[in-house]
Amino acid sequence: MNVWLNGERCQVPAGLTLDLLVARLTAAPAGVAAALNETVVPRGQWPATALAEGDRVEVLTAVQGG
Amino acid sequence: MADTTDTPAGTRAEEAGPGAGSPLVLGDLRLSSRLIMGTGGAPSLTVLRRALTASGTELTTVAMRRLDPGVRGSVLSVLDELGIRPLPNTAGCHTAGEAVLTARLAREALGTGLVKLEVIADERTLLPDPVATLEAAEVLVDDGFTVLPYTNDDPVLARRLEDAGCAAVMPLGAPIGSGLGIRNPHNFELIVERAGVPVILDAGVGTASDAALAMELGCAGVLLASAVTRAARPEAMAVAMRGAVEAGRLARLAGRIPPRRFATASSPAEGLARLGPELPAFSTP
Repeated sequence: MNVWLNGERCQVPAGLTLDLLVARLTAAPAGVAAALNETVVPRGQWPATALAEGDRVEVLTAVQGG
Repeated sequence: MADTTDTPAGTRAEEAGPGAGSPLVLGDLRLSSRLIMGTGGAPSLTVLRRALTASGTELTTVAMRRLDPGVRGSVLSVLDELGIRPLPNTAGCHTAGEAVLTARLAREALGTGLVKLEVIADERTLLPDPVATLEAAEVLVDDGFTVLPYTNDDPVLARRLEDAGCAAVMPLGAPIGSGLGIRNPHNFELIVERAGVPVILDAGVGTASDAALAMELGCAGVLLASAVTRAARPEAMAVAMRGAVEAGRLARLAGRIPPRRFATASSPAEGLARLGPELPAFSTP
């Protein structure tokens, strides 16, 4: 199936959970947060959050700014 | 603890008068430094680390962006190493909804309920959208955030943001990154006069006198980034800003003389000698 990860389309196994998707970007997700279809998913719920076709996932961290 | 803070002159703050050593209170947070720094614009993390250390800041903004696996080094590790608390902002958000979601992601990522709320109206001026800022502030306050909104220098809007439960109001002195200083000091006086929460100058600082003026006008703190990070020597400018914020606050508490249009002699008029007004200045004895 296809999901959107930080604006890019990615092909992933059906039913992939959010923790494994985030792991594609970073091995150490300290200081990182994820939103699934414009809703924040707390880190503790990532392993139990199965993705569906067309889901939009944003994974953010802090950068220099302001 | 805060009462023993050294002043720029090297005297103890308590000797400078009541209130000089009092902390800046933002929600549950108490800060002895009244200079809040930004991290944007620094040419490298090394320069940033030195500038932040020199500034003496205890609270520093960061932006929330998509995680880029290719980026090495992180601003968070610099702040962590220096013991500086991160203040996530919602820079780049154009709607209340985007700002609220960004604040919630920042809280999840950084474990802080502090947020510098920014809802920008357009890219050319980077001025805040007052309606959307107030709308987002109401939602975030209800959600338990300590909301520090970047706002126009509008006394009415400042009041509305305070009424909405914001922990401070942060009016701009001039557009972000412009270095134009405080364009409307009278509005700052009006905002400070009526505010029941700290007023923090946010944006527009170009040099140390701008930061000092903000404090002299009664601001509780100054937030700046570009003035330091884009200065020719960021670390040296950070030292200047630290001194300016402290000097401006001490001057405010000291009670300045009222400005007058004409001179007022500071030497006594009595007891003047009669020395012969016609005597040439270069006559030999």
